[in-house]
Amino acid sequence: MDVWTLISFGDQGWGDEIAWGVLVTVSLALATLPLGLALGFFIALAKQSREPTLRLSAEIYTTIFRGLPELLTLFIIFFGMQIGIQQLARAMGFSSGIEINAFVAGMIALGIVFSSYASEVFLSAFRAIPKGQYEGGYAIGLPHRHVMRLVVLPQVIKIALPGLTNLWMILLKDTALVSAIGLSDIVRQTGIAARVTKEAFLFYGIAFILFLVLALLSSIVINRIEKYGDRAEQAR
Amino acid sequence: MNHAQAYVAPAELLPQQPAPDTIAKPWNATRAWGYALIAFWTFVVIVLVAWLITGYDPAKIERYAPRYWNGLLTTLTLVSISIVLGAFLSLPIAYARMSDNRLLNGISFGYVYLFRGTPLLAQLFLIYYGLGSFREQLEAVGLWLFFRDAWNCALFAFTLNTAAYQAEIVRGAVRSVPTGQWEGAAALGINRLQAFRKIIAPQAMIVALRPYGNEIILMIKGSAIVALITVFDLMGETRRAFSRTFDFQTYIYAAIFYLIIVEILRNIWNWLEKRLTKHLVR
Amino acid sequence: MKFAKFVMTATTAVAFSASAAMAGSHSLSIKIGTEGAYPPFNNLEADGSLVGFDIDIANALCEEMGATCEFVTSDWDGIIPGLLAGNYDAIIASMSITAERMEVVDFSGKYYNTPPAIAVPKDSDITEATDAALAGKAIGAQSSTTHSNYAEEKLSSASLTLYPTPDEYKLDIANGRIDAVIDDVIVLSEWLKTDDGACCKLLGTLTPDPVINGEGAGIALRKGEEDLKAKFDAAIAAIRANGTYQEINDKYFDVDVFGG
Repeated sequence: MDVWTLISFGDQGWGDEIAWGVLVTVSLALATLPLGLALGFFIALAKQSREPTLRLSAEIYTTIFRGLPELLTLFIIFFGMQIGIQQLARAMGFSSGIEINAFVAGMIALGIVFSSYASEVFLSAFRAIPKGQYEGGYAIGLPHRHVMRLVVLPQVIKIALPGLTNLWMILLKDTALVSAIGLSDIVRQTGIAARVTKEAFLFYGIAFILFLVLALLSSIVINRIEKYGDRAEQAR
Repeated sequence: MNHAQAYVAPAELLPQQPAPDTIAKPWNATRAWGYALIAFWTFVVIVLVAWLITGYDPAKIERYAPRYWNGLLTTLTLVSISIVLGAFLSLPIAYARMSDNRLLNGISFGYVYLFRGTPLLAQLFLIYYGLGSFREQLEAVGLWLFFRDAWNCALFAFTLNTAAYQAEIVRGAVRSVPTGQWEGAAALGINRLQAFRKIIAPQAMIVALRPYGNEIILMIKGSAIVALITVFDLMGETRRAFSRTFDFQTYIYAAIFYLIIVEILRNIWNWLEKRLTKHLVR
Repeated sequence: MKFAKFVMTATTAVAFSASAAMAGSHSLSIKIGTEGAYPPFNNLEADGSLVGFDIDIANALCEEMGATCEFVTSDWDGIIPGLLAGNYDAIIASMSITAERMEVVDFSGKYYNTPPAIAVPKDSDITEATDAALAGKAIGAQSSTTHSNYAEEKLSSASLTLYPTPDEYKLDIANGRIDAVIDDVIVLSEWLKTDDGACCKLLGTLTPDPVINGEGAGIALRKGEEDLKAKFDAAIAAIRANGTYQEINDKYFDVDVFGG
């Protein structure tokens, strides 16, 4: 079979399987992003809280999940949560199980890893905002949550953006790990094709190129977002 | 200067005051959350410890401890060798990245983009299985002996990968030294090579210290995928032990080992940074 | 629309699946876990369908039990944890019944039993399938299998290389990274008949060790599901008796794989 048949869409080729893999990779990354951002934001809030217990809890969280290999976190979530939920369900007396599939396990594990790094990015962004911004807000009579929402947050997001885009690139690459727990992402689908057709270089090469394309597309989108964020400066 | 002069109490002593009242911290939502989370972590630790103690099985420990140890050694040797080789390889790349030659610049940019834009896993598979399909060609040039071995392939992939990241660290660090330093050296008649060695590099190395530490930690974590190409490192031995014992503790032990390694490294790095930047602290 | 549905089911995640044992007599629905990378027993085709001896046997058993069956694929490494976690109710994936596995799962009676064997490249200088002849050679096996355990314990003079699926050791023996592979005799000989297997030949079969290799391949079930186990045992006996088993056997193999 020649190369074009192998990567064609249809029963003979692997094009459709690989396209599915791209969809899974992209949707996993997109589904993980809001989870990771939200978690990371709350952890950053906890880390700069006045309450020492809250700071300590957040520190424990980031120390653990920045120290563990992503693959190990993934396995612990995938197997551990299943076993945990199963035992909990059994203890509560019903035998039907809640299923944690590979997609959800991947989403949770990658989201946790993302959030522990994102919290650092948010934290330094919070610290970059002068106290005067808060005080100015209070001085004109805004309540705390409005100061946060209208004054601080927009600036935090802008300062955190480069760091977060960097994390997005890392997240995109980390999704490759879910192939090890059986989710049909790019690496797994190309891997199956490589093994079945014995065209390892071709298919792993395709995986390599697909990730490059995703990185390229991301940087185009990120550039646009950054431009959008910078429009206040440009107007001057 | 009479140091021996004793303290003389004033004639009128203020009566001893009671300590000020401790202001009771109000129980608000933040505090409640903080305590709840600490309770949660304590609970997790207690459960884990209790579980590891009740599940302690000398036979299993005896059987798997040496394997974990070998896996750990594999992880550490693989990472340390690839970091060192990558450091050597990163220097010409960083040099090319900073040069004015457009060709050199383009090639090095391409290299860095390729290896930083794709997952290490894809690179590893491409090198191990992908190059495996070019056996004849590799044999013809005498490289097959090297690529035949999975360990070599892993080392090769990791070295190429970390070189790309390290090149960016070097570039960033050298760039962070103000141009005035170069100009000052030039004004004193010091040639560029000397200026780099004696003036720029020492300053750049301090800037690069922290990112280097992070890169080593990232490599240790990233190396956990190497069992997928048959090199059994700490993670690989863990999966193997789990697949025979079906005991989830195997993963917990692996997590503890990885955390210990990373924390040791992190602390060494903090100490190094403190020592090397003493002169910068005012 | 298939994809939208996939994302929805995936992200909602909490699929309460009624356990097979509870579903009772009305319409028994069973989720069956299999690997899909172990031809000719179970294999995933390019069009996404599962084929093989295990799959046909599973379908025959389900028909016999009057159950509707659904296949779920899992990596071999995680196939037992997946069963324990309730991702599926039974494993029909050529899993050998061993004491080690019996500690965590139950098994039905065997549905086939074939010995392990060793294959080597055609130009290999290895003469026989013994530990002495294999000393110092690199031998490949799928990890977490009885065959890898056999190699580890009985062929300890050789160095063992472990692969996630048989496909990978097939790639590596073809390009000369390993000197021999150990697997089920049927798996190896079926592979050797194909173009991919042209590199290699069968060196010989090994005498299975009952402790390591167990007593043949069975259907793995969660512990305590006696009801389901009895149903599977009865169904195996039934398809043995009514000729269905023989039919499937002959469709794939020249020999009788049920064993003595």
